[in-house]
Amino acid sequence: MPGVSDGLVQARGLRKDSGDVHAVRGIDVDVGRGEVFGFLGPNGAGKSSAMRMIACVSPRSGGTLQVLGMDPYVDGPKIRARIGVVPQLDNLDAELTVRQNLEVYGRYFGMSRAAVRAKATELLAFAQLTDREGDEVEPLSGGMKRRLSIVRSLVNDPELLLLDEPTTGLDPQARHLLWDRLYRLKRQGVTQLITTHYMDEAEQLCDRLVVMDGGLIVAEGSPAELIGRYSTREVVELRFPLDDAPPVAELEQLVERLEVLPDRLLLYAADGEAVLAAAHQIGIRPLSSLVRRSTLEDVFLRLTGRRLVD
Amino acid sequence: MTTVDTTATAPVVRSPAVSSWRAVLLVMEHFWTWYRRNWRATIVGSVVEPLLFLVAFGLGFAVLVNNGGRLAELTGGLPYIVWLAPALLTMNTLQIATFESSYPVVSGFKWQRIYWAITATPVTAAQAGVGHLSWIAVRMLTSGVVYVAILVPFGGVRDGGIVVSLLAATLCGAAFAAPVMAFATVVRKEGPAFGALFRFVLIPMTLFSGTFFPVDALPVWVRPLAWATPLWHGTELARGAALGSLQLWPSVGHLAYLVVLLVVGMLLVQRQFRARLYR
Repeated sequence: MPGVSDGLVQARGLRKDSGDVHAVRGIDVDVGRGEVFGFLGPNGAGKSSAMRMIACVSPRSGGTLQVLGMDPYVDGPKIRARIGVVPQLDNLDAELTVRQNLEVYGRYFGMSRAAVRAKATELLAFAQLTDREGDEVEPLSGGMKRRLSIVRSLVNDPELLLLDEPTTGLDPQARHLLWDRLYRLKRQGVTQLITTHYMDEAEQLCDRLVVMDGGLIVAEGSPAELIGRYSTREVVELRFPLDDAPPVAELEQLVERLEVLPDRLLLYAADGEAVLAAAHQIGIRPLSSLVRRSTLEDVFLRLTGRRLVD
Repeated sequence: MTTVDTTATAPVVRSPAVSSWRAVLLVMEHFWTWYRRNWRATIVGSVVEPLLFLVAFGLGFAVLVNNGGRLAELTGGLPYIVWLAPALLTMNTLQIATFESSYPVVSGFKWQRIYWAITATPVTAAQAGVGHLSWIAVRMLTSGVVYVAILVPFGGVRDGGIVVSLLAATLCGAAFAAPVMAFATVVRKEGPAFGALFRFVLIPMTLFSGTFFPVDALPVWVRPLAWATPLWHGTELARGAALGSLQLWPSVGHLAYLVVLLVVGMLLVQRQFRARLYR
């Protein structure tokens, strides 16, 4: 039995079964204070199930779990009083105003009316929603609703913030604004747990992350560590005419590793340009070529043989 | 560290961060905040409909009701509207109860999903359910006050006994709202399900539970069906209070029926809210 951790979240052999579905099949997680920690994985990997157990709204099926040094099974309400949750699907009050959404929510944490009023004013500014405070939520854009969801989760000054797919479905501009807000929170020392199936999001935001697949953790580390451990520095992407079989055998001689995707080949090497030059030299003429840095997508492909987002 | 049995379906609550009473009040405050902005939409149910019923039955239909004979025996010589008014009040309360505990509950889980937001705070799933039900009771009570105010100019109110009628109507509505709420947590296709509830439960109940005529005017074999409905028990209490004709043991029986239905319904609501929100 592990001792009480000084970390904010500590899971050992954490499991979640729903009927015959084994959503989470025994994971160990440690999240330290001030850290931004990511669960990266495709849909159905078990990220959200893990998140719901940590958020104290889903009883675990096995293993141990401590959040803020307490057991969610025993002290759920006490833990929830000190965390913030941004759900995957917005659950704002569509028929209340932007400000009322914050005030009503704050009251649930036992705050006085005066305190929630002051807090709402502060959070509206942080979310850049001050000029919309009197409007109903329904006509707001997706990005605005998401920002409101995030600041609503901050109303109780949480020590730990849980964000489930925070930017799914948002346009690039809205995503960058959100990332900026999350970065500011990190600088203020708010510990964050983020699930995402976007590699760029994980690389942007997370100090450390676990890659999940099929309810298990398949790798753990910082984004740079994971790329260093499971991929090469660079990747060459080659496209060939659809009718021709691509020259896989010849190319394999040139690189550390090669992945065949339906529409292209991925060549893993320290120096992409050198590989490209060598391929030209032996007479290989792809339709198009691209040299890029390795990303977490490549790590995921290496670890699971599948891509994160299709 | 303590070892905890995790095989049960719902988390235990050893140390709530806000007290249960406080939590229920906060959920009610949440709905009140919503109501303050959206009360206009409820006017049809609590003002227009009562007026239509009063004009149709209290003024129109009453012309055909012989103001002697059986009616005199029932009311001690008072006009039909005095006999009808507390029953209409109870019926209207039941309609509000049914509506408020059906679609808005589905919305809390499926459309606006506010129950999920509420249970991300220290408030528990069971408290969210009981809080919503308590709000529905407040809505029924306030609509009832409006209804009584409308009854006065129609000559439907005899004396202060109507206040007891109002409480009886609210109890009746809450006792029906609780199981409807529990039902609303399990329906998957709410349109057909609530359509059936309104058509095959609510409407027959309003027609045959002694609102417009005494149940003993029905064939003997139909009467037990009326006696089984919460509306009949609520109507008997409300009418007895309004006419000053309450009798001890029948009243105890009606009260017991409604309280048991309310308690069982509330337990079901709590269990269903936990099952749905703590998966």
